[in-house]
Amino acid sequence: MNAGSVMAAGRSRRGVLPGFGLSLGFTLTYLSVIVLIPISTLAWKSASLTWGQFWSTATGPRELAAYRLSFGAALAAAVVNLLFGLLLAWVLERYAFPGKRLVDMVVDLPFALPTAVAGISLASLYARQGWLGRWLEPAGIHVAFTPLGVMVALIFVGLPFVVRTVQPVLRDLSPEIEEAAATLGAGRAQTFLRVLLPELLPAALTGFVLALARALGEYGSVIFIAGNMPMRSEITPLLIMIKLEQFDYAGATAIALVFLGVSFSLLLLINVLTWRRRRGGAGALGA
Amino acid sequence: MRPAGGSGTLGAPARSRHLGESRAVRWLLIGLAMAFLALVLFVPLLAVFAKAFEKGVAVFAAAVRDPDTLASIRLTLLTAGIAVPVNVLFGLAAAWAVTHFRFAGKNLLVTLIDLPFSVSPVIAGMIFVLLCGARGVLGPFLAAHDIKIIFALPGLVLATMFITSPLVARELIPLMQAQGDEEEQAAITLGASGWRTFWHVSLPKMRWGLLYGVVLCNARAMGEFGAVSVVSGHIRGVTTTMPLQVEILYNDYQFAAAFAVSSLLALLALATLVVKSRIERKSAGR
Repeated sequence: MNAGSVMAAGRSRRGVLPGFGLSLGFTLTYLSVIVLIPISTLAWKSASLTWGQFWSTATGPRELAAYRLSFGAALAAAVVNLLFGLLLAWVLERYAFPGKRLVDMVVDLPFALPTAVAGISLASLYARQGWLGRWLEPAGIHVAFTPLGVMVALIFVGLPFVVRTVQPVLRDLSPEIEEAAATLGAGRAQTFLRVLLPELLPAALTGFVLALARALGEYGSVIFIAGNMPMRSEITPLLIMIKLEQFDYAGATAIALVFLGVSFSLLLLINVLTWRRRRGGAGALGA
Repeated sequence: MRPAGGSGTLGAPARSRHLGESRAVRWLLIGLAMAFLALVLFVPLLAVFAKAFEKGVAVFAAAVRDPDTLASIRLTLLTAGIAVPVNVLFGLAAAWAVTHFRFAGKNLLVTLIDLPFSVSPVIAGMIFVLLCGARGVLGPFLAAHDIKIIFALPGLVLATMFITSPLVARELIPLMQAQGDEEEQAAITLGASGWRTFWHVSLPKMRWGLLYGVVLCNARAMGEFGAVSVVSGHIRGVTTTMPLQVEILYNDYQFAAAFAVSSLLALLALATLVVKSRIERKSAGR
């Protein structure tokens, strides 16, 4: 039975339950007032910019450096989270070890811990005198106030996504397919790469894109460890913040539009991925 | 939510030898995963508490009792106290509409509900400045009527509501979709009113998912930094929430005090995680 038919069964009966007008009315009103109207002011503000103005503010050297850092660090962090997320999901679902329940609980910490708290903690850990910095600095590895520091903060922020998208798929995978692979003579590594990984990949990619989207916009956990030097360790959200503090609303809007365009494309990609996964219907029922 | 009786570790010992990894590989993978977690999660978490008490309990207590800090705690509680209940109503309404009825544009609606997730917190704060700031769209109107939104409580609440608006809805929609609406239909057919059905049938059914949504929404509302930072104006003791107070103290080189306030927020985060794992076990054991 695939996800489509389950959902169709739920949808086919309509009109019995009351509250359609009230619930949809409240939802649309609230969404408009809190989300849609405020976001549309970006479009209104950008309408006062000409293309030339938009292009010159959005593509200045300092802006380009900030995009490069934001996208580069977010991408690198998401790749790290993809690999270790798969590993963590595997270990948490397949093996028994002491403290597992605690570990499984703490994986969600980055969802719950305020970003500013994570930010000052990481900054103090990797500072020259910090717990980790005092070992890394003499070895020539500079984390605080460098792009590497930005990446460290983004790894923290994006850690739960891949773990939490892969875990349920791994749990619901039927053991038969592994048994079949083993019966047909596949080794363990071969089974993982050729049989399990293709099953896990759509979920892992969804987690990857979620982590990437989150990392792109992240502000609080990054600014303390980044050092925020223009052209070197200044992320895009910080640049927007600086423009706002200088009352350069046009500049802030131009950068925000570029940034939002990319973020929304990512969101679209997530939806396409989930849609394809649903259509494939391979175990990920209604995920 | 975790389904009962998964084929996870419980099934592992029963697997044949060919279906598991050797002991060495197993412990290597566990070790690697735990080393990564320790470095990325446990050490930073531990550091927050260690540094909060580094200068002794007296410094910690003085930091927490500082008038500006107390004001920031009050402001944080007030902001979350307004934003969370409103977002719960929104989450309930959105989930009810999306899961129980069929209408055109439903997929678009679900995407729009998720929209704030993909907007950078700084941009979220910025749009409220563009809308309600002195030079914003509504600026002249608000000034004429002497309504202060930016650099005041309403701005903080609006920015927090924007950021946390998807959380309850995201928790409830898949849950209600999975549960279906047979019970509700039975209640209505037997003559119960819509509200009665909601209170006595729907709400008890989704209570754990709802509770988790509330707890997560609250944690994010109290911890929000970027969006709130833009609209706050950082007026000490007046528009600084706890995360903003952490920033101010840290930038003033009052590290022990900054980590003292941080440790309170970290406790909130840990409490959130404990509630989450309790709820997951409860709903799995049902």
